[in-house]
Amino acid sequence: MDDLLSDFLTETNESLAELDVALVTLERTPDDAETLSFIFRMVHTIKGTCGFLGLPRLERVAHAGENILGKLRDRTLTVTPAVVSQVLAAIDAIKAIVTTLSTTGAEPPGDDAALIAELNATAANEAPAIESLASQFPSVAANSVPAMQTPGAEGAEATGATPAAVPVAPIATIAPAPAAVENTVPGKAPAAIAAPAPNIPAATQTIRVTVDVLENLMTLVSELVLTRNQLLQLARTQENSAFTVPLQRLSHITSDLQEGVMKTRMQPIGNAWNKLPRLVRDLSHDLGKKIELTMIGTETELDRQVLELIKDPLTHMIRNSGDHGLETPAERRAAGKPETGTIVLNAYHEGGYIILEISDDGRGLAVDRIRAKALSSGLATEPELAAMTDSQIQRFIFRAGLSTAATVSSVSGRGVGMDVVKTNIEKIGGTIDLKSTAGQGTTFTVKIPLTLAIVSALIVEAGKERFAIPQLSVVELVRASRGQDKAGGTGNSVIERINDTPVLRLRNRLLPLVCLTEVLNLGKEDRGENAAHVVVAQVGQQIMGIIVDRVFDTEEIVVKPVAPILRHVTMFSGNTILGDGSVIMILDPNGIARASNVSAGTESKLLRHNVIDAQTTTDKTAMLLFRAGGSQRMAVPLGLVARLEDIPRAKIEMSCGSPVTQYRGKLMPLVAIDGSLDPDRPTQPLLVFAEGDRTMGLMVDEIVDVVEDRLEIELAANRPGLLGTAVIGGQATDVLDTGYWLMQAWEDWFRGAPRKSNADGQKHILLVDDSAFFRQLMIPALGAAGFRVTAVGGAAEALRLRDSGALFDAIVSDIEMPGMDGFEFARTVRAGGPWAKLPLFAMTGHADLQHAEVGHDAGFTDCVAKFEREALVACLRACVTEPVHA
Amino acid sequence: MTTETLDRPAFRPDRPISDTATGVETQVLVTLTVAGQLCGIPVLAVRDILGEQVITRIPLAPPEIAGSLNLRGRIVTAIDLRRRLRLPPAPDGQARMSVVAEQGGELYALLVDSVSEVLSLDASLFERNPPTLEKTWAQFSTGIFRLDGRLLVVLDVVRLLALPGEE
Repeated sequence: MDDLLSDFLTETNESLAELDVALVTLERTPDDAETLSFIFRMVHTIKGTCGFLGLPRLERVAHAGENILGKLRDRTLTVTPAVVSQVLAAIDAIKAIVTTLSTTGAEPPGDDAALIAELNATAANEAPAIESLASQFPSVAANSVPAMQTPGAEGAEATGATPAAVPVAPIATIAPAPAAVENTVPGKAPAAIAAPAPNIPAATQTIRVTVDVLENLMTLVSELVLTRNQLLQLARTQENSAFTVPLQRLSHITSDLQEGVMKTRMQPIGNAWNKLPRLVRDLSHDLGKKIELTMIGTETELDRQVLELIKDPLTHMIRNSGDHGLETPAERRAAGKPETGTIVLNAYHEGGYIILEISDDGRGLAVDRIRAKALSSGLATEPELAAMTDSQIQRFIFRAGLSTAATVSSVSGRGVGMDVVKTNIEKIGGTIDLKSTAGQGTTFTVKIPLTLAIVSALIVEAGKERFAIPQLSVVELVRASRGQDKAGGTGNSVIERINDTPVLRLRNRLLPLVCLTEVLNLGKEDRGENAAHVVVAQVGQQIMGIIVDRVFDTEEIVVKPVAPILRHVTMFSGNTILGDGSVIMILDPNGIARASNVSAGTESKLLRHNVIDAQTTTDKTAMLLFRAGGSQRMAVPLGLVARLEDIPRAKIEMSCGSPVTQYRGKLMPLVAIDGSLDPDRPTQPLLVFAEGDRTMGLMVDEIVDVVEDRLEIELAANRPGLLGTAVIGGQATDVLDTGYWLMQAWEDWFRGAPRKSNADGQKHILLVDDSAFFRQLMIPALGAAGFRVTAVGGAAEALRLRDSGALFDAIVSDIEMPGMDGFEFARTVRAGGPWAKLPLFAMTGHADLQHAEVGHDAGFTDCVAKFEREALVACLRACVTEPVHA
Repeated sequence: MTTETLDRPAFRPDRPISDTATGVETQVLVTLTVAGQLCGIPVLAVRDILGEQVITRIPLAPPEIAGSLNLRGRIVTAIDLRRRLRLPPAPDGQARMSVVAEQGGELYALLVDSVSEVLSLDASLFERNPPTLEKTWAQFSTGIFRLDGRLLVVLDVVRLLALPGEE
């Protein structure tokens, strides 16, 4: 291809991208003479150059397009969506020809007689009827066009590779064809389309440099950085060396240079967006919806390589928002929203990442439909789904094979969408999340690293070799011991083995472990060495732990591809040279997960873990950690604590043998957890609980910390005043039964209306069922209904709880249970003790009358069929919100 | 680190080595020994000669690959010539040298026992491989030079570096 032609192609591709944007602007502001003449000039230039280069076909199309634009400029023709559609069709035809030109170096055969005839007809103002029709309802325009241009079909067919030359389907086929050409062209910042003013890109001084030159520069700079690091490391060992000062300067210059070269690779994200206004315009015509696209932060820069990689996912997501997210004007009117739906694209920097938000103000994700679809396509079972929160269910759209569009349209709904988007984003180390509110819209948040060339990596050692793990995938580091001896105390995690498969208990989850030495065939794991480190890595949706021997620090590394003969080793994503000059392999957590079956085998398992997480009614709770009663570690939900105080010892007075203090003008009773006061302390830390005008101070030894964690109580409340033990912040922690302590201070704390059993206002339900599965099912269900649930596996356990002084608002019990059955249990409860008057519900598999009668006789308040959750919740609500009749 | 740097234009693998040997009067070879056998590599194919290097092992790599090393900021894949020629491994503690060659834009280091002088040899001393030569050797050799009292095997760098990248 000669230079002249290739210059022309580069130039034209740039112009075409700008043309798309400008035309859409024009459609919105038809009187904008400046934009119009800008468009005219562009097309004119293309036409002129074509004639010069001897490209007759291109010239003819451009000429016809120019004709119309000329008329528009002279105001003999008015700007309507139909006319703009035609000009866009002409530009598509030009694009298609240009694409073929750039690949083959020659114009494709065929002619565009039909298109040209149609353009000329419009130019001659011969189709006013169609035009007025089209302006009424845009999608009609697309249908009316083919009617008047039947002879062109053969010509278009002959071109084959130029789909966009066929005006019959101008919309569906545009996007893919020019994309390939675009990629080779460093574009300019596009016009901000949201602004009504004409925004024709100003000419800045630029020179065109091939990407290869930049890449090469980048490699050289990377090497310079490494050499600099090496030098610095050497210099560190020598004090007062004459090299210190020049070396520092070299270091600075190198950093600046690195930054500068990085900048050359940076491009405004607007470059990836410049196709979107056109896309949205076509979408709105195609779907008969009114869509407005607002783009914020077009100037936000990111690495060229990353930019290329997010283009396609982005396009897909915008399409989705337009097709699935936004409603039709009629639906929007009915919902009391403005007819025009809005899609907002927002980009900004945050840390080393760029955050991209794609939000629409549409109908939001239909949780019910996703749930049904997930069930029907076997992605999850009913109990799993029942235990999931709405947002967990919404995330199913990132799984393969799930499209919620009721009908498959040409735009989307083929069920190959969001999972691909997610995979592509994860491939470049990014993450994607979504937030959706029914009726208000959906927001997708994509977080991607600014650059892929230099990454921060954690250096680890396994089998005497060092490896780098990209920091992006590292969630946390856990120190663990390999041996079974728990000499390290309760705080230390121990790697356990199930038939030689290592696992780790991490915050009440079973974390699948992969031993790096074994995966990499570096010989048997050295089990003699007790200490080990577990690198918890996120691979897509999965979390796994990688056992390594040592962890060094993190280092900025320049990722270099591995030699071709090593490409088949999928465990490595590249290699690099460290500051000390040694070569090190970069591990690919994805590859490790694949090789060790983490991604294949544990997905369902991990899903179940999520279910278990959901058991604890709320996801994470802020917990106040403190020590009291010796050195016990205890926790209380932070929300219950009104204030933390540290009062001087002298201010504690005795009243009727109980400690009190004057607090905010009132006497506040104080309660010590271990029942004793420590007179030697100068001050006394207090947790102050307050409700209404009552306060109470709980004396503790030390306030340790506030942590966010899942409050999942394991049943071990063998002491009054404690709900049980939970793993909080990785350690076993006693959870305070606040209610008990409040009662210690004010016996009638809860008698004040409205009656409350716990300071947090939740009703506390005791669930007795022998089936662990059913308990898992009920805890989140009741939790979601606003109850706090304690579950036990049998009547005997329940009675032990009673004897230990635990209090509940109601009891729900199974009938068929091993040992003491439900009827027996009810009779025992009713026979006396603190629970005798509690509402007592039976759950039965066979909800027949006979059962109900026996149940009643045994003392059950009511019988509810198992699995009828709604009924049970209703019963509970009815009973516990009203005072129980004594 | 670098004992000797031969500043030569990059080796062009498309040029057959035997042609120069038969057509022109001399051929310049870098001589080296591997497991006692004297070998030669056309000097134009050699980018660098390195002394003992720190080599990073690459787990899961084919056995011929000894690891990778850092050559002035470039990562070079080291290939153990003994393994490649199916020879017994080098005795422990023996210092090894590397001959660096380029192929397809990538650098490779051939680990050898020692590198000695650069010889300019008369083409008349060149002979094709005897048909009885063991397959592994015949595969990687373009021919033999008859030296005084010794034979020198000319190694074919292109073939040596053409490791099958297992798919």
